[in-house]
Amino acid sequence: MISQFFILSSKGDPLIYKDFRGDSGGRDVAELFYRKLTGLPGDESPVVMVTTGGARHHDDRHFIHIRHSGLYLVATTSENISPFSLLELLSRLAILLGDYCGSLSEGTISRNVALVYELLDEVLDYGYVQTTSTEMLRNFIQTEAVVSKPFSLFDLSSVGLFGAETQQSKVAPSSAASRPVLSSRSDQSQKNEVFLDVVERLSVLIASNGSLLKVDVQGEIRLKSFLPSGSEMRIGLTEEFCVGKSELRGYGPGIRVDEVSFHSSVNLDEFESHRILRLQPPQGELTVMRYQLSDDLPSPLPFRLFPSVQWDRGSGRLQVYLKLRCDLPPKSQALNIRLHLPLPRGVVSLSQELSSPEQKAELGEGALRWDLPRVQGGSQLSGLFQMDVPGLSGPPSHGPSTSAPLGLGPASLSFELPRHTCSGLQVRFLRLSFRPCSNANPHKWVRHLSHSDAYVIRI
Amino acid sequence: MPYLGSEDVVKELKKALCNPHIQADRLRYRNVIQRVIRMSKLDQWGQAEVLNFLLRYQPRSEEELFDILNLLDSFLKSSSPGVVMGATKLFLILAKKFPHVQTDVLVRVKGPLLAACSSESRELCFAALCHVRQILHSLPGHFSSHYKKFFCSYSEPHYIKLQKVEVLCELVNDENVQQVLEELRGYCTDVSADFAQAAIFAIGGIARTYTDQCVQILTELLGLQQEHITTVVVQTFRDLVWLCPQCIEAVCQALPGCEENIQDSEGKQALIWLLGVHGERIPNAPYILEDFVENVKSETFPAVKMELLTALLRLFLSRPAECQDMLGRLLYYCIEEEKDMAVRDRGLFYYRLLLVGIDEVKRILCSPKSDPSLGLLEDPAERPVNSWASDFNTLVPVYGKARWATISKCVGAEHGGSELSHTAPFAISGHLISEENKERVQETPDSEAFMLVPNCQLTAEYFEKTWLSLEVAHQQVLPWQGEVHPDTLQMALQVVNIQTIAMSRAGSQPWKAYLSAQDDTGCLFLTELLLEAENSEMQISVKQTEAKTEKLNSFMSVLETVIGTIGDIKS
Repeated sequence: MISQFFILSSKGDPLIYKDFRGDSGGRDVAELFYRKLTGLPGDESPVVMVTTGGARHHDDRHFIHIRHSGLYLVATTSENISPFSLLELLSRLAILLGDYCGSLSEGTISRNVALVYELLDEVLDYGYVQTTSTEMLRNFIQTEAVVSKPFSLFDLSSVGLFGAETQQSKVAPSSAASRPVLSSRSDQSQKNEVFLDVVERLSVLIASNGSLLKVDVQGEIRLKSFLPSGSEMRIGLTEEFCVGKSELRGYGPGIRVDEVSFHSSVNLDEFESHRILRLQPPQGELTVMRYQLSDDLPSPLPFRLFPSVQWDRGSGRLQVYLKLRCDLPPKSQALNIRLHLPLPRGVVSLSQELSSPEQKAELGEGALRWDLPRVQGGSQLSGLFQMDVPGLSGPPSHGPSTSAPLGLGPASLSFELPRHTCSGLQVRFLRLSFRPCSNANPHKWVRHLSHSDAYVIRI
Repeated sequence: MPYLGSEDVVKELKKALCNPHIQADRLRYRNVIQRVIRMSKLDQWGQAEVLNFLLRYQPRSEEELFDILNLLDSFLKSSSPGVVMGATKLFLILAKKFPHVQTDVLVRVKGPLLAACSSESRELCFAALCHVRQILHSLPGHFSSHYKKFFCSYSEPHYIKLQKVEVLCELVNDENVQQVLEELRGYCTDVSADFAQAAIFAIGGIARTYTDQCVQILTELLGLQQEHITTVVVQTFRDLVWLCPQCIEAVCQALPGCEENIQDSEGKQALIWLLGVHGERIPNAPYILEDFVENVKSETFPAVKMELLTALLRLFLSRPAECQDMLGRLLYYCIEEEKDMAVRDRGLFYYRLLLVGIDEVKRILCSPKSDPSLGLLEDPAERPVNSWASDFNTLVPVYGKARWATISKCVGAEHGGSELSHTAPFAISGHLISEENKERVQETPDSEAFMLVPNCQLTAEYFEKTWLSLEVAHQQVLPWQGEVHPDTLQMALQVVNIQTIAMSRAGSQPWKAYLSAQDDTGCLFLTELLLEAENSEMQISVKQTEAKTEKLNSFMSVLETVIGTIGDIKS
């Protein structure tokens, strides 16, 4: 049961404010929340906060909020309720608003204020959840989303000469998925589209001797459907997909995950035999399946770092040579690689020798940042960095030593791997059993993507 | 009434809730409950609501209880964390008399909790971490094999890192201590000073069990010569030597040189305290303190000056030649020039104390330098699952118990009930001690000759030798219920001057304890307490060095009172 719900922009301006129960103060609550949030001492967590109304007991309120794409979604309550349910509700609301307004941002919210209030009215009644299913809500929501379409040359270029199909129409523009789910009733020309993403987050810890301490893959299959609801679809996963340590399938090394959980609407009749998920997705975004995998990765790690450090105590000269090897298959590549290496305090100057011109390295916030826009699989890159650390010059040196000074490292990498999943899980097919009346074949987009959550290499 | 997927359910819930006829008719009530549980078309909010509602239902028989648990089993596998946690709470509360079921449930919820801990949503991750800590308080080994999941990553926000460090500190055991310490050492040099200090404090916490490794790491950190690190390390050392006397030597060797890197009040106080108390082992301690005395005029913190006075006086007792002159100067400054009244009073007090004579000073200042038993009091004992089951999946673990207590105190009337249950155990133990004291006061006059001597410390070897050489003088059986809480018992026995030589861990079977006491005539009483498994009686065997029946009876009555009182609390 929640008392109030409001959305604040990243600067603290209230965008949406709704009071469900009328049992607590006015609009200034939103301002109070932001003041508390910014004035919070460092060791306290901002997730739940309390305000006490002093002598007036009924004024006590807990703030619970999530941050979603730069916005604060805040709920207040005066009861001791389940934090898990409430946080889930807030994230669900964020997804719903995204579904209805196209995407969630300060701009879309302020353009669609009426729609957001209408949604909130239907989702919550007197602070209790009624329903959050897009399907159900569809019947009640009358307001249409206002979408601003930025002018883009890309739109023009996709119009082929003499109506010919151009290359571009084979690839969906990256913004294709960010439009409102509920096609307006007038706009019938809108395409039927389905977007299926297999997204994996990789967290890795490698010891200084190169041995692997921890691998953790968190995977998700996300679906965003613009199809009319009620249409059934079947998603075929790799046949060698095994769950748990003991199961064996196929003759190859197999693809093994530790735990899987499915969305409640997924029908698992064919999962055991053919690894097919059947579902009738409602319009909008849906996480079909989540899985975790730890310690046992079938493919080699995407990156290996070979650091060597020379540290001359006497002169305070620190030389770091980093060799980065990409162990992806030669056809794939990694994008937006950034290496972050904390340095000892007091580093003043940096001189660098990088293996290719498109790379960039700079000092900032007590750390070295090395940016590589793209790395092809199988390739190897290197960087030589020389720094002066006058503050750390200790006792007279016995020549350069290879032991790293304290405060150096660990290095962390962040990157994206398009068209690659670390677990090896692939979507074999996505089939729609479709009603014949509809004229156009729906477009199906399947994406595989891995990105780093924490990829840490000790030095 | 919340929307629960269909009109039917709402109607049934209303019926069950409000209709006294149904409530009175056990069978029908149960029927309704079962139908509510079996509703298949509930969405996750409905499920969470039903689980919450079922908390109020008290099954009448064991059979019914297990029926409900079986029916709700699928909720534990739900993909929504809210439903899983709701189900866990319900299971923990329903099965409060079946500890093995509770443990089972906690094992099954491990997966979902760990998944939530590495979830993309930071806020969910935080809530899950708080609940992990809650579980660890009762089952310290529960997450030990998953310690890697709690390693911090560079991009996480501060509040999550702090929680993770706390979790790491709590789940450490023999197998993972090496890896956990290595990871924590990495955090100590973090860019964020707050986080680095939290990591150092965490290493200090682990040092209570794994002293040598931790002290070595902390000593290495001093080599960094960074202000914010050095000050926290020294504070950690201060807390550590008090609890773990075995590390005094190592700490004393590490200290010289630190003074140059400490500027803040807390760190200076810790360093000065260490120099004062353990100064006789640090060769240049007087010279470090001399620097502080030289600069006392520019010192801004009164607390540091107070600490300096005490430390210098202590050091004067062990190394008078080197300190006499300094002490004179410091006392002169504090009495004549100091403007802070508290410091001036402290200076005058020490001056007058010195006038009385050096023996008096020694008597007052030379207190024990370490007290390992303090750790037992400070460490929260393993709490039974039932003590927090009702707080699970609420805001209490998220705020932390201590903060919640202050919050609910503000809320006052609304949460009065729960607050009462928090304070209840303290009230009882307070009652116990006062009663014990009364007992002793009353006892002293009527059994005039009988008086147990405080601070009779026997070594375990001596105890064993004496125990084996003596015959059992008296044997008795006292009623006892439930498990033994060694800490409580030990504290209670200490109040009446009975020392504990050895004690089994809580929950071990059979449970044993060996106690010793000495009266003013020098007669030793050696006691064995034995609690057999399944038995609701405490067997007491007493041996005595001198056969005096009268004294034996007096001793037995003291012991009986203590055990009787503790046993009462249990039931």
